[in-house]
Amino acid sequence: MRDPISKVARQMQPSGIRKFFDVVAEMPDAISLGVGEPDFDTPWHIREAGIYSLEKGRTFYTSNAGMPELKREVAAYYQRRHGLEYDPRTETFITVGGSEAIDMAMRAILDPGDEVIIPEPCYVSYVPCAVMTGAKAVTIPLQEKNEFKLTPEELLGAITDRTKVLMLAFPNNPTGAIMTREDLEPIAKICLEKDLLVITDEIYAELTYSGEHATIAAFPGMQERTVIINGFSKAYAMTGWRLGFAAGPREIITQMVKLHQFAIMCAPTTSQYAGLEALRYGDEDIAMMRESYNQRRRYVVNELNDMGLHCFEPFGAFYVFPSIRSLNMTSDEFATRLLESEKLAVVPGTAFGSCGEGFIRISYAYSLAELKEALSRIRHFIRGLI
Amino acid sequence: MLRDELLRLIRNNSRIELKDLAVMLGAEETAVANEIADLEKEGIICGYYTLINWDNTNEEMVDALIEVNVNTSRDLGFDTIAERFYMFDEVKSCYLISGRYDFLLMLEGKTMRQVANFVSSKLSPIEHVTGTATHFIMKRYKDYGTVLGAVRKDCREKMSI
Ligand SMILES: Cc1ncc(COP(=O)(O)O)c(C=O)c1O
Repeated sequence: MRDPISKVARQMQPSGIRKFFDVVAEMPDAISLGVGEPDFDTPWHIREAGIYSLEKGRTFYTSNAGMPELKREVAAYYQRRHGLEYDPRTETFITVGGSEAIDMAMRAILDPGDEVIIPEPCYVSYVPCAVMTGAKAVTIPLQEKNEFKLTPEELLGAITDRTKVLMLAFPNNPTGAIMTREDLEPIAKICLEKDLLVITDEIYAELTYSGEHATIAAFPGMQERTVIINGFSKAYAMTGWRLGFAAGPREIITQMVKLHQFAIMCAPTTSQYAGLEALRYGDEDIAMMRESYNQRRRYVVNELNDMGLHCFEPFGAFYVFPSIRSLNMTSDEFATRLLESEKLAVVPGTAFGSCGEGFIRISYAYSLAELKEALSRIRHFIRGLI
Repeated sequence: MLRDELLRLIRNNSRIELKDLAVMLGAEETAVANEIADLEKEGIICGYYTLINWDNTNEEMVDALIEVNVNTSRDLGFDTIAERFYMFDEVKSCYLISGRYDFLLMLEGKTMRQVANFVSSKLSPIEHVTGTATHFIMKRYKDYGTVLGAVRKDCREKMSI
């Protein structure tokens, strides 16, 4: 038989961490600090809006780009948070999670041969989505000494004649790093000078613990060259609803919607009704959850530093990214041995790019009691090494 | 600022240790200890209780809600009458409310007869009481923001990116 698999699919690197995840799944007594999703349930009023829509028989497709009311709420959200004006009809669009929005943005913008700059460590889908378009992913290893922010020098060093897109992802998974207005300003300037487009994954925007989240789209001249990716998963604890959105220039959004129409048709209708409730009446839920994450963030950072695992202070998302370099082992070894001897799972930093070597990702989306237990196991593990 | 966040934090868990509270609030331990002491002194923190689901014990316990109507007069206001209610140990809660009746009492007794006795021999005879209606609580689903008997299960995949 001929090779049933396409070259693109075959050449795509599978996510290396899957094997480790499978090992963890086979250990029922293992506990974990390895999840990438909130520990809160979706607030009930949001769930109820979904249920209610089902009761009323709202079980049909919506318009391809999403329900008009929901797109209006997305536009209102950007107005409210950043003072940005988007035409809800042509410049916003509802997706199946931030995941789909990332994919569609890359497909709409990139051609084979184009280069897209992707700072690492980062979420695992950016490079594969870029590669799927035939573009080349040019990664920048971000430095802990810069608190894992992208510096203008690093960016300039990666730009070539072929560079078309800069991928930004702050607050960051896995480092928890954020970029403030001041940090973004020189980056925006370079994008304007070098005529770069920006795809910015701001799915953790609402989980920022130092000042307000800043978006690069808010700098003069940037809105027309930036696609913002966002979603409901993290801010409203709605991972399973598979709902996200994008906002950007009409020209790009139009193409994204076209591709989405063929691939997806429309985002789940029930979820869109729930999302409408979330954007309209969910600000208090966000404030409550953010405060709670922030308390646990302080607790975990303090504990890790106390046990000698150096950890820069992350001001976003729900992850800390401590260095394990002082222990003379690789991230993989650390994670494997921690799992074997303490039955505790964490994610090795290398799952997010090779520059994650020497780090592990710890999620603090767990109860205080669970964090206490898990951190005491790490403490015990480290003590056994010295 | 610290005060508000502290109250929100300990409201649902009064057992977090002081040193953890301090770290979680990004404050000094002494500052948190002082704040708690002040809150107690100012009558803002009024107690620390344990939420017990008696249904799951062998203890017999009957709870009732009692609506009470009263007659007030020029020199006998609600506060004075309220005292006549809440001084009884059996009365767990006592609220002045708006609407069809004046007071709502929550009563705890060992048996239904005990509660009935309380109403007929203690409560009704109070001279300002003009009427009562007793509702026995048959099942408690949720108290103080906590769904009773519900064990929270983490339904997430153990690992995700
Ligand atoms: C940085 C980042 N972007 C996007 C996603 C995908 O989120 P969604 O559930 O909206 O597809 C995740 C999920 O973990 C993430 O961490």
